[in-house]
Amino acid sequence: MTKLTVLTAITAMVLLVLIFELLRRRQLREKYTVLWMGVGLIALVLGFFPKLLDRLASAVGVVSGVSLVLFLGVVFLLIVCIHLSWEASRLEEETRTLAEEVALIRTKLTELEPAE
Amino acid sequence: MINEKRVLIIMPAWNEAESIGDVVREVRGELPEVDLLVVDDGSTDDTSGIARKAGAIVTRLPYNLGIGGAMRLGYKYARREGYDAAVQLDADGQHDPRYVPKLIDGLQEAPLVIGARFAGEGDYEVRGPRHWSMIMLSFVLSKMAGCKLTDTSSGFRACDRNLIELFADWYPAEYMDSVETLIRVIRLGYKVQQVPVAMRHRLAGAPSQSPAKAVLYLGRALLTLLLALIRR
Repeated sequence: MTKLTVLTAITAMVLLVLIFELLRRRQLREKYTVLWMGVGLIALVLGFFPKLLDRLASAVGVVSGVSLVLFLGVVFLLIVCIHLSWEASRLEEETRTLAEEVALIRTKLTELEPAE
Repeated sequence: MINEKRVLIIMPAWNEAESIGDVVREVRGELPEVDLLVVDDGSTDDTSGIARKAGAIVTRLPYNLGIGGAMRLGYKYARREGYDAAVQLDADGQHDPRYVPKLIDGLQEAPLVIGARFAGEGDYEVRGPRHWSMIMLSFVLSKMAGCKLTDTSSGFRACDRNLIELFADWYPAEYMDSVETLIRVIRLGYKVQQVPVAMRHRLAGAPSQSPAKAVLYLGRALLTLLLALIRR
């Protein structure tokens, strides 16, 4: 094992433990579980065997497997960011609707209260 | 009732405690036959209380949503209470309530009637980037609507029941709400009409006229226009 493999393997294990803990404490919604477990497992395998992707990398014209992982990682993170922006917009719309409902109900309440 | 129509005036207000009382009393005085809803957009001052004492119906958002959010709430109320027409009126006193019957008259020809500056009445003047954006917007939107629209960002407008229905579910929360709604209405195939009005000076608060803000406004106008044209 090279020094680099030790580093990547430890990182992958820490990542997996973190994800597992969040799942166990029910801090992550179910729809994200599969995604993050998958990511954790892939990271774990690649962490122990960084050379696994070398052949695939040269097939698509990337010099080393590590570069390919880096590239795919950046793409993946970008997609996650876009997804989170989308999710935030949706949540904002939902809270907006709730705020409107609260306002309408309060107005109705004031109407129903006998005038002093 | 104006022209046999139950009319609701929607007045979004955010921290307008200084002027809201006078504006509400003026509207109530000029148009006693019309209901007035003040939408308090999460004010931190006593806007709600003052408006209620002055004789308005008040609905209060728990936090600030921005002008578009307040408008949609107003239209939701109009729909729930079954009004035939709704009129948007600013809380800072720059819209003269005496034009409201004129706007309602216009509803006989088009479902959306805009009270427009630069259409002959009044002496409102704008210069610089803000002026360019207004020219650009009114050029593009006039072409789309097939009629002359000189003041596309005017928040002084009346609409009928169909559009109340639309705006209650769909009203952009973003800043350029009046332009975006106008484009949406035109693209859905509704007729739009403008009625010349004179705007007054605000009773309180400073108008946003710094050069940086004007450039920002131009950028936002372009972006809104582009987005509204490509959005489904």
